[in-house]
Amino acid sequence: MADSTFRWLMLLCALSIFAIVALIAIELVTHSQMTLAKFGLKFFVGSAWDPVSGEFGALPFIFGTLVSSAVSLILAVPLAVGVAIFLTEMCPKALRGSFSFLTELLAAIPSVVYGTWAIFTLVPLLREYVDPVLIKLLGWTGLFVQPDFGIGMFAAGVILAIMILPIISSLTREVMTAVPHTQREAVLALGATRWEMIRMGVLRNARVGIVGSIILGLGRALGETMAVAMVIGSSPTISKSLLAPGYSMAAVIANEFNEAVSDVHRSALIEIGLALFLVTIVVNACARLLVWAVTRGAPARAT
Amino acid sequence: MATTHPKSSTANRRWRWFANHTASVLAVASTILVIAPLVAIFVDLVYKGAVSLNWNFFTKLPAPVGENGGGMANSIVGSALLLGLASLMGVPIGISAGIYLSEYGRGTKLSNVVRFTADVLNGVPSIVMGIAVYGLIVVPQKGFSAFAGGVVLGIMMIPTVARTTEEMLLMEPHSIREAALGLGVPNWRSMLSITLKTAMPGVITGCMLAFARVAGETAPLLFTALGNEFWSTALNQPIAALPLQIYVYALGPYDEWHRLAWAGSLVLVFLIVVSVALVRFVTTRGVLKGAS
Repeated sequence: MADSTFRWLMLLCALSIFAIVALIAIELVTHSQMTLAKFGLKFFVGSAWDPVSGEFGALPFIFGTLVSSAVSLILAVPLAVGVAIFLTEMCPKALRGSFSFLTELLAAIPSVVYGTWAIFTLVPLLREYVDPVLIKLLGWTGLFVQPDFGIGMFAAGVILAIMILPIISSLTREVMTAVPHTQREAVLALGATRWEMIRMGVLRNARVGIVGSIILGLGRALGETMAVAMVIGSSPTISKSLLAPGYSMAAVIANEFNEAVSDVHRSALIEIGLALFLVTIVVNACARLLVWAVTRGAPARAT
Repeated sequence: MATTHPKSSTANRRWRWFANHTASVLAVASTILVIAPLVAIFVDLVYKGAVSLNWNFFTKLPAPVGENGGGMANSIVGSALLLGLASLMGVPIGISAGIYLSEYGRGTKLSNVVRFTADVLNGVPSIVMGIAVYGLIVVPQKGFSAFAGGVVLGIMMIPTVARTTEEMLLMEPHSIREAALGLGVPNWRSMLSITLKTAMPGVITGCMLAFARVAGETAPLLFTALGNEFWSTALNQPIAALPLQIYVYALGPYDEWHRLAWAGSLVLVFLIVVSVALVRFVTTRGVLKGAS
């Protein structure tokens, strides 16, 4: 009697996880009915955002989210893989523990603290030293041109990169550690140098998992709110220059939700939230499947 | 691969030597590049936070705009209350879900799906959770409340607590379960007082990690707890929280506010780092290793 009650109770708690996901979806859909019905798919391709006159197009935010996440991945992925290689293949054992502790700390710093640091330290640093160099070297691409306020898409990408580095590097490290030692030994026995061993024996076997961890990092970057909201510049415009201010999906919700001028405005913001929810679910599901496929011991097939 | 046919020419050997060393240098360089911002953040935080930290910070309410002094006493209390509420909700549900996954659902399809959903839920942006709870609690109640804030943080704790509890329970040897059952202890009793108790240090680790994660959350509190300039511990009223106050002060135009934002950040990070370090200390002392 007590046993089966206990069992049902535990099952109920486990099922609550489904219930939460379902509840989130239902709440988001019901509260965004107004704009879902009124604008349909046009909502996501319109680029005018003027809540006061009732124009709602989410394209600038989608653009901002994608671009800032892309910038962060471009900056973070090579560094994260480098760190993982260093830690799994080169680093003395004694250092390894303290470094993984450091990355844990980085992951534990709240988003709002990253944002505070970014406003007061990173943005001035970028404006004074980094951006002028980028404008000089890469100005011809049109991606880095004046005017430069320090805040903007590039600053958001840099702070995002700092924030997603720990998760990518620690997961990459995990999948690289999961590669069996016999692989390394076999490649070394053929006379390979250490780099060749890492490239052919480790990276090739771990690449599915590495891609998974990168996608997981992408999921983080897409939904990151506070730090981005603090440095992205909050301007719903689409600009080719990365130094220009922009806006992201999560940031516009954070900034405008409590000051929404009308119910339609609020509904539009919730619809942006719904889109963000669906995208992050798909991205995270893909990433989890990839990481699982590797760390669970299934052979990483060359596909 | 091109290198499967090694030529024994010196040029080739030189290239391989070069590639090998370049790779090593790049790996070390990227490690340094990654450590640099971490060190920069901590130095900044300690330096700028410490100079603005004083006794008033912990005991006074926020000062009116334009006046110096003032503190974040109400935010600290508010955060404690919110986190208490969240733990009351997230920890029991999370642990129970973990028990189900490891003790009843091992290898079943249902538990695989639950596990997967928990991982995916972990990746849902916190601001989306905030909107959902806004629709679920704030709209029907017609007002922002500490209760709504506690609920959203509690929900965010569940997946982390469930997954770590499960992992810790899986590490328990089967013999202790069999020993308990052999003595005629009912199944539920053996799970709670034997299996869960043995795995306690690990389970607490999971709870602390979940706690540390939600302690710094700002985005979901924007539309639930809202923040408050004054003293409030009422569950049905808006309540102040440390991360919310930091956000407001960091974006504000006054130097005094910036000072307080740094001090608040330092206190917040200190609390989180202490709890993570504590967890680390407990887990590396071999309490867990003995169990595996």
